[in-house]
Amino acid sequence: MNNKQRSKGTNMTLKKTLLASVIGAVVAGTTLLPMAASAETLRIGYSADPETLDLHEQLSGGVLRFSHMAFDPLIRWTKDFEFEPRLATEWEQVDETTMRMTLREGVTFHSGNEFTAKDVVWTIERLKESPDYRAIFEPVARAEAVDDYTVEIVTTEPYPLLLNLATYIFPMDSEFYSGETDDGSDKAEIVKAGNSFASRNVSGTGPFIVTDRRQGVRVDFERFEDYWDTESEGNVSRIVLTPIAENASRVAALLSGGVDFIDAVPPNDLERVREADDVNLVTVDGTRIIGFQMNEERVEAFQDARVRQAVDLAINQEAIADRLMRGFANPAGQMSPKGYSGHNPDLTPRYDIERAQELMAEAGYEDGFSIEMIAPNNRYVNDAQIAQAVSNMLAQINIDVDLRTMPLAQYWPEYDTRESDMAMIGWHADTEDTANFFQYLTFCIDEETGAGQYNYGSYCNEEIDALVTAADSETDLEKRNEMLREAEAMLYEDVGYITLHWQNLAYAATDGVNIEPVVNALDFPYLGDLVIDSSDD
Amino acid sequence: MIAFLIKRLMHAILVMFVISVLAFAIQDNLGDPVLQMVGQSVPESEREEIRERLGLNDSFLVQYVRFAKNAVQGDFGNSYFYREPALEVIARHLPATLELVFASTLIIVLFSVPIGVYSAIKPRSPISRLFMGVSIIGISIPVFLTAIVLIQIFAIGVTVTLFPESTGWGAWLNALFSTEGNMPSFGRGYELVNVVGNWDTNLATWNGLQHLVLPAVSLASIMLPLFIRLIRAEMMEVLQSEYVKYARAKGISMRRVYFVHALKNTMLPVITVGGVQIGTMVAYTILTETVFQWPGMGLMFLDAINRADIPLIVSYLMIVGVIFVVTNTIVDLIYGMVNPTVKLTGKPA
Repeated sequence: MNNKQRSKGTNMTLKKTLLASVIGAVVAGTTLLPMAASAETLRIGYSADPETLDLHEQLSGGVLRFSHMAFDPLIRWTKDFEFEPRLATEWEQVDETTMRMTLREGVTFHSGNEFTAKDVVWTIERLKESPDYRAIFEPVARAEAVDDYTVEIVTTEPYPLLLNLATYIFPMDSEFYSGETDDGSDKAEIVKAGNSFASRNVSGTGPFIVTDRRQGVRVDFERFEDYWDTESEGNVSRIVLTPIAENASRVAALLSGGVDFIDAVPPNDLERVREADDVNLVTVDGTRIIGFQMNEERVEAFQDARVRQAVDLAINQEAIADRLMRGFANPAGQMSPKGYSGHNPDLTPRYDIERAQELMAEAGYEDGFSIEMIAPNNRYVNDAQIAQAVSNMLAQINIDVDLRTMPLAQYWPEYDTRESDMAMIGWHADTEDTANFFQYLTFCIDEETGAGQYNYGSYCNEEIDALVTAADSETDLEKRNEMLREAEAMLYEDVGYITLHWQNLAYAATDGVNIEPVVNALDFPYLGDLVIDSSDD
Repeated sequence: MIAFLIKRLMHAILVMFVISVLAFAIQDNLGDPVLQMVGQSVPESEREEIRERLGLNDSFLVQYVRFAKNAVQGDFGNSYFYREPALEVIARHLPATLELVFASTLIIVLFSVPIGVYSAIKPRSPISRLFMGVSIIGISIPVFLTAIVLIQIFAIGVTVTLFPESTGWGAWLNALFSTEGNMPSFGRGYELVNVVGNWDTNLATWNGLQHLVLPAVSLASIMLPLFIRLIRAEMMEVLQSEYVKYARAKGISMRRVYFVHALKNTMLPVITVGGVQIGTMVAYTILTETVFQWPGMGLMFLDAINRADIPLIVSYLMIVGVIFVVTNTIVDLIYGMVNPTVKLTGKPA
C-alpha cells in the first residue's frame, strides 16, 4: 500500500516539477537555461558564516572553513590525520631547525597573479603579525624564498610540529594585498572588527571565488575556472552558503529541500534525519574533548589527588555518552582522541562508585562538601544537561553541587575570573596535537609564557610539564609520541582534568551529494572535491 | 497639530536618551565582546590590547559621553560583527522586517474584521463557536511552536497512515491529512527585486511571496485571535447601543447598519490597540525571524546579543523606541481623523 501511495506522490511531484520548470523557463527567459545543463549548485546551510574574509583576523571554525574554499593550505590533513600535499608538493628537514618545501608550479590566484614562494613568505610574515595566530606561529623564526618554487621555514628551536602548522598556512596573493586603498590605509593590515581591505576582498588559489557576500545572510561562490587541481573530481560549480544558526530551522531547511547540505545536526534530530527519505546522515568522530576542571585555589579538598580521583571515578562517562548524547560522543579517559600523537589506548573511563567513596573516606571527606559549578548552555552539544548529570553523579560521593549555567557571551568572562569551584571546558587542539591540550589546560600557570591559560583549577604538576616540554623539542616522532603517551598516563593517575567525551560531528546532505569523502574530524569539509551526482531530468 | 508633533518629537528624543542610558548600563552583563572576536587560544595580553583600542576599559561615564557625542551627529558606532556603522546595518535589515510586519498586518486585517463581525452578528452559530474555540488555541500557543508546526506541515510535509489504506475512505482520509510540503522554510529566497537603495522586496515575485507566507502567518498567529475577539466584543457592544436600534427601527438595511454605522464605531478602540500591537509585533519578529532565518532586524538583534555586539544592541533598542513613538503618533493622528471630537494636544477645547 505504501508503494502505491509513494508512486502517486512521485507522479504528483514530477508533474509539479515539470510545471515549475516550464514556468521557471518562461519567467527566466533564456539566460538560466545554459547554466542548468552543466552546473551543479550546492546550497549549504551552515550554523555560522565566516566572520570575516580576512583569514588572519580571527581564528574560528567559520573562517577556516572559508579558507579551505577560497584558498589552499600548503598541506592539509586527510581523514586519517595524515598529511596531504596541496600547494607544497614535497618537504624535507634540511637541518634541525630548517624545513625546505617545494611548491606547486602553475598555480594562479583568483586575481590572475601567479603563485610563487614570495607569497608563502609574505603570508607567514603576516601570520606572525596576527593577534590570533601570533602565539601559534611563535616557534617559526622566519621564512625565506630560495627560488620561485622553493621556500625554507626556519624555527627558533627544533620543532616537531611544523607540518601541523603548515596546515594553517593558506598562501595569500601578496601582490593583491599590497599597497594602499583609496582612503590611504594599508591593504595588508589586520584590523579586528574593523572595515579593512582584506576583510572585504579576496584573492586566493582555492577552488571557489566569492562572488557576493551579505554578512549573516548569505555568501555566494563560483568555481574558479583556472583552479590548479584538475585531477579533483569535484564538480560543484556554484555555492550558496546561508547561515542558519537555529538547530531546528537548519534541519527543517534540509528536510524541506531548501538546502542540500547542513552541518551540526543536533543529537535530538539524528534519528529523524537518519530515517528521512532522500537524506543522508554522516557522522565523524570528533576531536574536541569535553571535561571539567576543579579549582584547587578555592577548594582545599581538590588539592588532594585522592579527592580528584574520587570525582573522576564517580562520573559515569559511558552513561553520559550513551544516554545524554545518544551515542553522539565517544567516552574519554584522556584528552587525546584516537589518531593524535599522544593517544594512549590503555586509558579508558573507570567509573567505580564504591572505590570513589573509599577514596573520599581515605582523604577524610567521607561527609563530603559543597561546591559551586559553572557551565555554558549554548557552547557544546547538550552542555547544560551534561553539567546537570555530573552534579547529580557527584551527589553520590556527598559532594553537593550548586550549578549555574549561562550563555556563551557571559560564560567566558565568568570563567576568566576563576571564581567558581568547578568549571566545564571543551578544548580542540589548534595544532591537532596532544601537547596543545596540556599547554592550555593543565600546565602550571605562568603569566609570562601564557602557559596554563585555561587552567581554571590552578592544577600544577611539574613532572608532567617537564615531560611535555621535552617532547615538544623532540624531533624523533616515535620517541615524542611515547613521551606524550606517558604524560597522558601520568595525568590520568593524578586527574588534573576530568575528561568526559569527544563530541562527534554530524553532517547531512540530500541524496546524490556525496559528502562522506570530503568531511573530516577537523570540521572543514573539502568542498572543492565534492561530487554531486548529476541529475538528468 | 504642529504643537502636537513637536511634543511627540521631544518624546522621541527623551525615549532615545533613556534607552541609551539603560542599554549602556547593562552592557557589562551582556558579556565580553572581545571574546567573540578572537580565537580561544589567544593570550590575555592580545585581548587587553583590543579592549583598550575599542575603549572598553574606560569608565561608564567616559564611554557614554563619547557615545552620546557621536550619536548626536548621527554616528552610533561600528558594529563589531558587521564591521560597519550600526545604523547602516539596521537600515539594511529594516526592509525585511517591515515587509514581514506588513504581510502579517494584512493577514490580520483581512481575517479579523470579517470573522469578528460575523461572530458578533451571529454569536450562536456553530461557525462562530468554532472560530472562538480556535482563537483560544491560537492565543495560547507560543509563536515558536506555531512556526515549527507550520514548517513541519507545509515545508517538510507529513504522511498520515492513521486510517486503513486498503479501504477507499481510509486512503482518502490519509491523503486528505497528508501534506506534501515544498513550501520554503527559511530565508527570503533568491528572487528578490530591488526597489530602491537597500530595499529588496519579497512582494514582487511569486517565489518571494512564497517565502513570505509561513513567517507572516506565524507572526500573525499571535495577534489574529486577539483582534478577532476584540472586534467581536466591541461590535456586540455597539449592536446593543441606541443608535443601532434606532437605525434598525428606521428600516435601514441590516447590511448598511452593520458595515457602515456599527463597524465604524467598532474600529475606534481597535485602531488604538492595533497601533500599539504593531509595535509589539516588531518585538515578536525576534522569535519568528529566528525560526525562519528571516534576515531582518529581529534575527540581527538576537545574533547581536549572542555576540555581545554592544553598539548594534544599543542602536537597535533606540531605533525600536523611536518606532514605538512614531506608530503611537500615527495612531493618534488617525484616531483624530476617525473621531474629530478627540483633541490631540489635550488642551481644553
